[in-house]
Amino acid sequence: MSRKLLLKNDHIQGINTLKTYKENGGYSVLEKALKGMSPDAIVEEVKKSGLRGRGGAGFPTGMKWSFLAKPEGVPRYLVCNADESEPGTFKDRYLMERIPHLLVEGMILSSFALGANTSYIYIRGEYFYVSRILEQAIEEAYQAGYLGKNILGTGFDLDLYVQVGAGAYICGEETALLESLEGKRGNPRIKPPFPAVAGLYGCPTVVNNVETIAAVVPIIEMGGDEYAKIGIGKSTGTKLISASGHINKPGVYEIELGLPVEEFIFSEEWCGGIKGGRKLKAVVAGGSSVPILPADLILKTANGEPRLMSYESLGEGGFVTGTMLGSGGFIVMDEDTSIVKNLYTFSRFYHHESCGQCSPCREGTGWMERILKKILDGRGSLADIDLLWDIQSKIEGKTICPLGEAAAWPVAAAIRHFRPEFEAYVTNPDSIKDIKHYYRLKN
Amino acid sequence: MTNSQDIQFSTEAMEKVRKIISRYPTGKHKSALIPILHIAQAEFGGWLSSQTMDYVASILEIQPIEVYEVASFYSMFNLQPVGNCLIEVCRTSSCWLCGAEDIIDHIENKLGITVGETTPDGMFTLKAVECLGSCGTAPMMQVGADYHENLTIEKVDNLLDQFKTDNKKSRYC
Ligand SMILES: Cc1cc2nc3c(=O)[nH]c(=O)nc-3n(C[C@H](O)[C@H](O)[C@H](O)COP(=O)(O)O)c2cc1C
Ligand code: SF4
Ligand code: FES
Repeated sequence: MSRKLLLKNDHIQGINTLKTYKENGGYSVLEKALKGMSPDAIVEEVKKSGLRGRGGAGFPTGMKWSFLAKPEGVPRYLVCNADESEPGTFKDRYLMERIPHLLVEGMILSSFALGANTSYIYIRGEYFYVSRILEQAIEEAYQAGYLGKNILGTGFDLDLYVQVGAGAYICGEETALLESLEGKRGNPRIKPPFPAVAGLYGCPTVVNNVETIAAVVPIIEMGGDEYAKIGIGKSTGTKLISASGHINKPGVYEIELGLPVEEFIFSEEWCGGIKGGRKLKAVVAGGSSVPILPADLILKTANGEPRLMSYESLGEGGFVTGTMLGSGGFIVMDEDTSIVKNLYTFSRFYHHESCGQCSPCREGTGWMERILKKILDGRGSLADIDLLWDIQSKIEGKTICPLGEAAAWPVAAAIRHFRPEFEAYVTNPDSIKDIKHYYRLKN
Repeated sequence: MTNSQDIQFSTEAMEKVRKIISRYPTGKHKSALIPILHIAQAEFGGWLSSQTMDYVASILEIQPIEVYEVASFYSMFNLQPVGNCLIEVCRTSSCWLCGAEDIIDHIENKLGITVGETTPDGMFTLKAVECLGSCGTAPMMQVGADYHENLTIEKVDNLLDQFKTDNKKSRYC
């Protein structure tokens, strides 16, 4: 199952340069498309491919593209979301750092399909050195005539810029990103209107993740129908997984969707099993926002079917016994891990990152963090666990953007699946003294 | 209000600023604010004083409050002075699972400061930060534009010694 589309050339020395990228087939898809395909034909192939947004929400990309409003005389924008700040996720960084031209080629192809003549890559400020790599690649592309005026003699003009952020997870949310790109605080907008109608500078805008845009290149190369044959069911194609935590081989892996989770964790080809031969305790499968699952439920669904790396299989059982593929940030925890402490690092994160516009999120995230600290410090009570449950249940669906939910879900899932551990913290701390780090707290 | 005329970008920085402003459609130059604040922070001592922010407002012809509210929103902008060398250690899940707390403890002990503080000689400031997208190479820290990954106590010791010898400044833009 090691089919590679995005990272097939990542090991080649110098692949970050235009010369080597071209020697390995780079920009041939762009030439083919710009000279031989209409913008609508490209959108059609992306639709057929079944590609779903790789930024976390999994929305069908072709459908998103076809929603783009096209009023006469109004510019349209394509904005690439390279904010990548969901804890556990580092795949976009890898792709941009290793094969920057794949993203640049994907941006040109996608901008052509959408009729955008100015496009931006919004990258988190901490990835400054990666922004330099992208700028270098863009410069090379301008010199080769792939960017600028009258690209490849087709009459299509495109300017592509890199915009750096300045440290704010919320700017990964697409409307906060657009606010930030306009030089403002990253406060998410109330929707509707959606960016497809009123996005950057009030103009129709598509926001897509780095990996989504890169995937357009192999889709146009092989055709949407061929791409749709890869993967499983409605989870077509390949996905980059960022694997971290207590595994022998952390890193970025390109998997064909449908790979069994058990194989991904334990096979030598992928994560290589749990460090030190210890047992698996839990996995956060799709970045910090998705529900944590205990070992039995991540390896098999509640029905006893093998759990697969796909949107549907990871989601099976809803939030009661399932989770989400999310951004593909796959965090693995061994048997000694404190689930409560891990949750505390997440809750502290969400509190830190809440933009503060909505009271359930602004107040709720801080409150949950404080209660978790109290429990970890041995000052908690059983009532605090119920209170935590209560607070998280009052955030979902009551906020402007999904960060509120992203903060609530991890709390709900940790209590749902590991309640005895929470209770041990407040009633019998001695019984869990082998759990790592629960006493070592730092603010 | 302080007089923003007292400070000025170097010719080189001003060139960069002009180039950045040209990336946006006419009338949308406020988009340049965040990139320019990065340059200003690097040029004027590693933090944004109100004088620096007023100066940036004057360049973009926007109100100073528009700059303050943006500067105070983003974690990479320092609104207080920091040491020459700002050390940012990730403390989120994957790094925590791989021993980030030991790294933070060790740096605190070695430098004789706690998280959020600056050494008395003004050389180092230590910060604990959220996930920097380096979870597969945890634990990690960022110093200036550089990522230092797969940290061990020995690696941290060597880096800190090196920074001290080089009088490393973490400013960049
Ligand atoms: C709090 C929050 C943070 C997000 N962070 C990111 C991110 O870092 N990168 C990303 O591509 N999408 C992120 N998203 C999802 C975006 O809002 C948007 O759905 C995505 O960029 C669309 O691109 P896609 O369809 O290609 O996935 C985030 C959403 C939320 C609510
Ligand atoms: S849910 Fe939280 S992050 Fe999202 S808009 Fe409301 S306060 Fe801001
Ligand atoms: S958790 Fe530390 S870099 Fe992601």
